[in-house]
Amino acid sequence: MNAHQFDVIVVGAGGAGLMAGLYASRTAKTAVISKLYPTRSHTGAAQGGISAALGNLEEDRIEWHTYDSIKGSDYLGDQDAIQFMCEEAPQAILELEHMGLPFDRTPEGRISQRFFGGHTNNETGKPVRRACHAADRTGHMILQTLYQQCLKNKVNFFDEYQAIDLLIENGRAVGVVAIELATGELHTFHAKAVIFATGGHGRIFEVTSNAYAYTGDGAAMLLRKGLPLEDMEFFQFHPTGIYKLGILITEGVRGDGGVLINGKGERFMPKYAPTVKDLASRDVVSRAIYTEIREGRGINGSNYVYLDVRPETVNRIAELDGRTNPDGSKYTVTGEQILQKLPDIIDFCRVYLGVDPVTQMMPIQPTAHYTMGGIPTNKYGEVVIDDKQTPFPGLYAAGECACVSVHGGNRLGTNSLLDLVVFGKHAGLRAAEYANGVEFESLPKQPEAAARSQFDALRHATGKENVYDISTEMKKIMFDLVGIYRTEKDMLVAIEKVRELKQRYANVKVTDTGKIFNTELINAWELGNMLELAEVIAVSALNRKESRGGHSREDYPNRDDKEWMKHTLVVKQADELKISYKPVTVTKYQPKVRVY
Amino acid sequence: MQVTLKIFRFNPEVDKKWHYETYTLDAPETDRILDLLEKVKGHVDGTLSFRRSCAHGVCGSDALRINGRNQLACKTLVRDTGAKITVEPLLGLKVIKDLIVDMKPFFDNYKTVLPYFINDSPLPADGKERLQTIEQRARFDETTKCVLCAACTTSCPSFWGSETYLGPAAFVTAHRFIFDSRDEAASERLHILSETNGVARCHTVYNCTMACPREIQITKAIGEIKLAMITGKLD
Repeated sequence: MNAHQFDVIVVGAGGAGLMAGLYASRTAKTAVISKLYPTRSHTGAAQGGISAALGNLEEDRIEWHTYDSIKGSDYLGDQDAIQFMCEEAPQAILELEHMGLPFDRTPEGRISQRFFGGHTNNETGKPVRRACHAADRTGHMILQTLYQQCLKNKVNFFDEYQAIDLLIENGRAVGVVAIELATGELHTFHAKAVIFATGGHGRIFEVTSNAYAYTGDGAAMLLRKGLPLEDMEFFQFHPTGIYKLGILITEGVRGDGGVLINGKGERFMPKYAPTVKDLASRDVVSRAIYTEIREGRGINGSNYVYLDVRPETVNRIAELDGRTNPDGSKYTVTGEQILQKLPDIIDFCRVYLGVDPVTQMMPIQPTAHYTMGGIPTNKYGEVVIDDKQTPFPGLYAAGECACVSVHGGNRLGTNSLLDLVVFGKHAGLRAAEYANGVEFESLPKQPEAAARSQFDALRHATGKENVYDISTEMKKIMFDLVGIYRTEKDMLVAIEKVRELKQRYANVKVTDTGKIFNTELINAWELGNMLELAEVIAVSALNRKESRGGHSREDYPNRDDKEWMKHTLVVKQADELKISYKPVTVTKYQPKVRVY
Repeated sequence: MQVTLKIFRFNPEVDKKWHYETYTLDAPETDRILDLLEKVKGHVDGTLSFRRSCAHGVCGSDALRINGRNQLACKTLVRDTGAKITVEPLLGLKVIKDLIVDMKPFFDNYKTVLPYFINDSPLPADGKERLQTIEQRARFDETTKCVLCAACTTSCPSFWGSETYLGPAAFVTAHRFIFDSRDEAASERLHILSETNGVARCHTVYNCTMACPREIQITKAIGEIKLAMITGKLD
C-alpha cells in the first residue's frame, strides 16, 4: 500500500513550497512532494533581486513600494494584499538573511540593493534602489537557502513524485494522488490541508524563459475539479529574452545602466517612458520593443533589438541622465564591474550566442515569462472560490500558481520572489493552524480511481497523434495570436485551433508502456494541462475588451476602469468554460493614467 | 549540419544489458545537445528517458557524459561537440533507465556535511541583518554558484572507487559555509571532512574543476579546506 498520512501536504518545492513546508512543519506533520528534486525548481532561475523598502542605500518607504506595485499592476492588483506584501517585505528579507542567504553587501556591510523597473522614489519619480540581490542569481540563492533550512529542520520530502489529482471529500481538500516517477506507482497522500505551490505555465508559449517543468499542473488540476482560475488573460512578457531562445536577461542589466537600442542605433525608451526610460515596467518596455520592430526598426529589419551594457555606453548614458552613486559622485562602471555584477548573464551570452556583453551588444526579444493569474487566494494563502472570497476548506495556494492578486495586470520585477516568500510563509502558517484544529476527513472511496483511469488511458493510448507536434503547434498559436498584442480576430482563430488540438490530443499516442521513469507519459499528461490552460487564457483574453497591464488589445487600446476594473473568474462546468467576475479591492489609490 | 548522435540506452523493464543506439539528425550548430535529445524523444523514440528542466544551465538536471566529458546537455552546443556526439549517463551512479541515474548517494553525501547555515548566537539587537563586509562576502562567493548537478563528483576517480566518498560537490557546499563569516559550525564541518570519506581522498586530479559547468575552482576550494584543517585558520 502506497498510502501516506500527513497533517499538511505541500505540492511543489520551489520558493513558495519550501517556505510553506518550512513554516507548516514547525507545528504540523508536513511533507513536500515535488516532480523535481527541490533544487531543480524554477525559482532558481530568478536573477536580479527581491524587493523591500529597506532603504539601505537611499531613502525608501513601504508606501512607495506599495504604490509602485499598484501602479505596476495597472490598478488590477488588490490593494490590501499588495500593502500587506510590501509591509511584510523588510522582515521577510531579513529573515532570509538570518537563514544565511548570501546577499551582496554595501560598504557598511548591509544588504546591497539595486535599481529595477517600475520601482521609484515617489517624490522625485526617479528609480530607487530597492532590489536586494546576490549577484544575478538571487533566485538560486533563495532556493538553495530554503532547501537547506528545510533539511536542517527535517522537513519530509518526496522527490520526483508528480502530483496528478487533488482529493476532495465533503467539500474539503483531503489529499492528493501522486505518481512516483522512479517506479510508476501511484501514492495516496491523505492530509488535513493541501498547499499548491506548483508554479506557472510559460511553456504554453513558443518563446519563453520558463523551464520545461512549467506546465501549469496545479492550476489545471483544480480547473478539472470545478474550481475557478483568476485573471488568466494576464501573462507577462519579459522585455529581454535572448533572441530565439527566450532565456532571461535580467532587468538588473538595465538597473545597472544598460539600455535598449534599435536598428537605427537609437536608444528608444525615452520616447515611451520619458522619466524612467529603460526602467519602465515590463509590459511598457515589451510593447515598446514590439512597436519598434513592427515599424521596421528592429536590427537589420528583423524581429529583435539590442540590449547594450558595454561600459562605454553605460557611462555615456549615465553622464547624459545625470546618474549618481548613493554618495552623490558620478556613476561609472568598468568591464570588470559588469562581469562581477552580472556573471551568469555574461556566461549565457557567451555560451548561447557567442557574444561577450562587455564588448558587444546582446540581441534580445520579449519572452513569455510570468503567470500573473492563477488559483484565486486571499492574503493568507487560502484558496477562495467566488466573488465573496469564500475559502475552500483545507486548500491553499502560494507562489506563481496563485493569484492573490498582488500583481494584477502586470508584475513588477523582483515582486515574484517577494510574493513566494511572503505568501509561501503565510500559506504554511495558515494551513498548519487549520490542520491543528480539525480531524482528518475520510478519503473518498477508491481515491486513486480517477487518476489511475486517466493515466492508464494515456499509457495505453494507441492513437496516432504525436505529443510534440501538438505541443509545438499550441506554443506557436499562443505566442503569435495570444501574445503581447491581441485582437478579437486573432483570438477567435486561436480558440478554434486550441480546441482542435484538444480533440487531436484525445487521440494521442504514447509509445512507452513501461512504469519506470516513463517521462513520455508524464510529458503527455503535462500537455493536457497546458491545452486546458491555453484555452482558458485565450477565452479570458477574448472576453476582456480593454487594454490593461500585460493584456494589450489592438481593437480596445484603452484601459476602461468603468467597465473592467474587476477580476475574471473562469470555471469549467460540463466541459464549458464559464466566466464571472470579482471586484478589485481598492483601499486608497484611485486609478490614474499610468505614465513612466 | 548532419550529426550522428550515439546514445546509451537501457530499459530495465525490457533489456538485460545496456546498448547504444545511433541516430542521424539535421541540426544547426547552435542547437543544444538537450535539443537533440528532445528531437529524438519527440519524433524517433518516445521511450528515450532523461532529466531536464530549465534548459539553460541553472537547475542542474541534465548533467551527462557528452563525448566522454561531464557537461550539462543544455549548456553544450553542437558547435562545441562537432558532428559526432556520444551521450552517456554519469559514471559512478547506478543507471535506472537510459540517461537517468540514481542520485540518492549523491544527495546523501551532500546531506552529510551539514549543508545549511548554522548560527545559534542572538540576532543583532536591532533585528536587522548580520553585518558582513564586501570582502567577507567575496571570500565564499565562488562556492555559492553550485547547482548540485553532480558533474564534478561523478568525474572523480575516488568517487568511482566508492560512492560513500563525499566527493567534490559536498566539499563545495561545505566550503560555502566554512568560509562564510556569519556561520558558526566550521569546526564541526572540518571534523566531518577530516574523516575517512573526506578530503584526504582527494588526489587533486582536477577532473572536478574541468567538469564544473559553473566554472567553480573546485580543486582550489578543496585545497582551502585542507589548509584550514592543517592551520586551523579560516582566512
